[in-house]
Amino acid sequence: MASAAIASNPSTLLKKNELGLSSFSSSSLPIQISKRRCSKKVVSVMAPSQTQRSPSTTGSVKTAMTMTEKIFARASERSQLNPGDNIWVNVDTLMTHDVCGPGTIGIFKREFGENAKVWDREKIVIIPDHYIFTSDERANRNVDILRDFCTEQNIKYFYDITDLGNFKANPDYKGVCHIALAQEGHCRPGEVLLGTDSHTCTAGAFGQFATGIGNTDAGFVMGTGKLLLKVPPTLRFVMDGEMPDYLLAKDLILQIIGEITVSGATYKSMEFVGSTVESLTMEERMTLCNMVIEAGGKNGVVPADNTTFKYLEGKTSMPFEPVYSDKQARFLSEYRFDVSKIEPLVAKPHSPDNRALARECKDVKIDRVYIGSCTGGKTEDFLAAAKVFLASGKKVKVPTFLVPATQKVWMDLYGIPVPGSGGKTCSQIFEEAGCDVPASPSCGACLGGPKDTYARMNEPQVCVSTTNRNFHGRMGHREGQIYLASPYTAAASALTGFVTDPREFLQ
Amino acid sequence: MGAAAEVTVFASTRTFISSQNQSRSPCIPSRMIINLRQNPATPITCSMKSPFEHLSTYSSTKSSITPLSATSVSSPTTTSNFHGLCYVLGDSIDTDQIIPAEYLTLVPSNPDEYRKIGSYALIGLPSSYPVRFVEPGEFQSKYSIIIAGANFGCGSSREHAPVALGAAGVKTVVAESYARIFFRNSVATGEVYPLESEVRLCEECSTGDVVTVELAESRLINHTTGKEYKLKPIGDAGPVIEAGGIFDYARKTGMIPSLSPST
Repeated sequence: MASAAIASNPSTLLKKNELGLSSFSSSSLPIQISKRRCSKKVVSVMAPSQTQRSPSTTGSVKTAMTMTEKIFARASERSQLNPGDNIWVNVDTLMTHDVCGPGTIGIFKREFGENAKVWDREKIVIIPDHYIFTSDERANRNVDILRDFCTEQNIKYFYDITDLGNFKANPDYKGVCHIALAQEGHCRPGEVLLGTDSHTCTAGAFGQFATGIGNTDAGFVMGTGKLLLKVPPTLRFVMDGEMPDYLLAKDLILQIIGEITVSGATYKSMEFVGSTVESLTMEERMTLCNMVIEAGGKNGVVPADNTTFKYLEGKTSMPFEPVYSDKQARFLSEYRFDVSKIEPLVAKPHSPDNRALARECKDVKIDRVYIGSCTGGKTEDFLAAAKVFLASGKKVKVPTFLVPATQKVWMDLYGIPVPGSGGKTCSQIFEEAGCDVPASPSCGACLGGPKDTYARMNEPQVCVSTTNRNFHGRMGHREGQIYLASPYTAAASALTGFVTDPREFLQ
Repeated sequence: MGAAAEVTVFASTRTFISSQNQSRSPCIPSRMIINLRQNPATPITCSMKSPFEHLSTYSSTKSSITPLSATSVSSPTTTSNFHGLCYVLGDSIDTDQIIPAEYLTLVPSNPDEYRKIGSYALIGLPSSYPVRFVEPGEFQSKYSIIIAGANFGCGSSREHAPVALGAAGVKTVVAESYARIFFRNSVATGEVYPLESEVRLCEECSTGDVVTVELAESRLINHTTGKEYKLKPIGDAGPVIEAGGIFDYARKTGMIPSLSPST
């Protein structure tokens, strides 16, 4: 809805100023323009962006669409549309949580009436996850508001929690909404998923359109099952090469955000393709799509494939129909990566695009490490951290907080054996390394939260975190310093007490 | 003040009282907040504004409300102008700075909590911003116009962000560019009018400058520096704002039925 609408006319594709892509003009400049002081060495890991050729005059490319465009077309029952079109789409799933749910419900009732019914009691998923394990009365009350509404509306999917003292005593409770959505089979290729949380884009990993919306929009969807959305143009990110064993999806997305900046994908879709992406697990793809919003992106997508279908087996019985970008689809820009040239990264305070090589920050002394959140608190994230602790065999030098995203992740920490450990579980390895005991699953301190939130940063400290944002005050204290990193880098840093490249332990 | 006048009227236009400069004028800012109810049978007395009814310029069937108290400065505030002191911010002001997460337990659709959210607007700014946006103990700011750099409102989708600004008395944000969810939420809620400038106004204006934003002329006038600036047209969001927000737009275009009096 911005006034700087991106025209789909190919001749305007190279309008650099509007798109903020001035670093990647068509005059082939392989050199990364160094915006940050630390990057003294010029390393080319990206070929210059290539915009799509002008469509041929045969007219056959008129119907060529990107994945995102196809999802919009189907959801709006049109055969054709263009980026920039504002259209009403049918929503397949609406998600809300304890922070935004009450406000959404308030608007729904105000606009549709006290006795109004939601558009479809099976298409709304209500997941308390943000401020759960706290004595804050309003936070607790907000979960009660959700419960009352779910009872009144007979909402099918409400992952309730009533016993705050023991999360395991709540059979329905899941934890972090984006991980719960995936684990419970609510993410399906080709569908439209909206959520009252900016990291709803995580679900794009399943080849669907997923984005974050506010309370008012969500209140509207609650009553109608539709929303007015603008079709975004797509940026394509092609990642090829074998993933080095010290690199994780977090490094890939930090690389991208550092490249295009926090507004580089504003109002655009980010499509991730290439052999590297195809080799990623679903959880790694989720990490990739999770931080699309940190580049300003509207949504992220990864084409569905056998990895996707296998993950979905047993999780959903609803039919789905994946979509794929046409060969001749028009992309705003294309970025190519040789993954073998990417090194472990951090995003330094106070912006997710303040990218730096982890090894160049080795003199940064840290006070704590946080491993958790939808970005870095999934089972595979903890397995990755455990791998580093196992390789080291030593103890952490700073308090290391572990917050599993969901109940299932928590159980995996205590159940799944870590490869190469002789049968030890993550929890055992974490204990031997001197980490804190894995906490109750929730969003935790990723966004600070009420003052009594576990692992909240209440003093101006330096933290390496597997979370998604490091703006001022993000984890609590306004002057806190947060270095965003992969679970490998976070674990390595915990072991040394400084920001540390995980190759110190993994090679 | 702070509390909304509990009035139910059927006006689509109202005028804004500019925020006063406390050191210059004895006027106490008074905001009569009108809740345009589609449902006259059950008036709700709360301080929630229906989206943009104060900015509606299309309706000719409804009467307009004149301001209760005059402003203390010379330029009259009309339905198509915003006038007051500006507060200047830099680039990428994210939602954690606009309204830190610890305050998100407040529910915006609850009138008392809506007011409280306003008191915390921009409380997350780092110490590099020496001037506080809302004074401790206050619920509203004396700055009614925000001037910002690029990517304003980035970060979270929390609607509390435009709500905090609106509740604190901000009428409009004039930024170089916006993050999309914040922009969308501003349009949907009607809390602040999101405008874009053509140049980096954040480098041309200073906190405390007296400015006027003229919607019809797409212009910002800085009375303190004497300079004028062109603003960008509102673009695709125009029809939604004109209608009064996403719900009114949907009703106007027949996407959802009008609220019947019996509900």
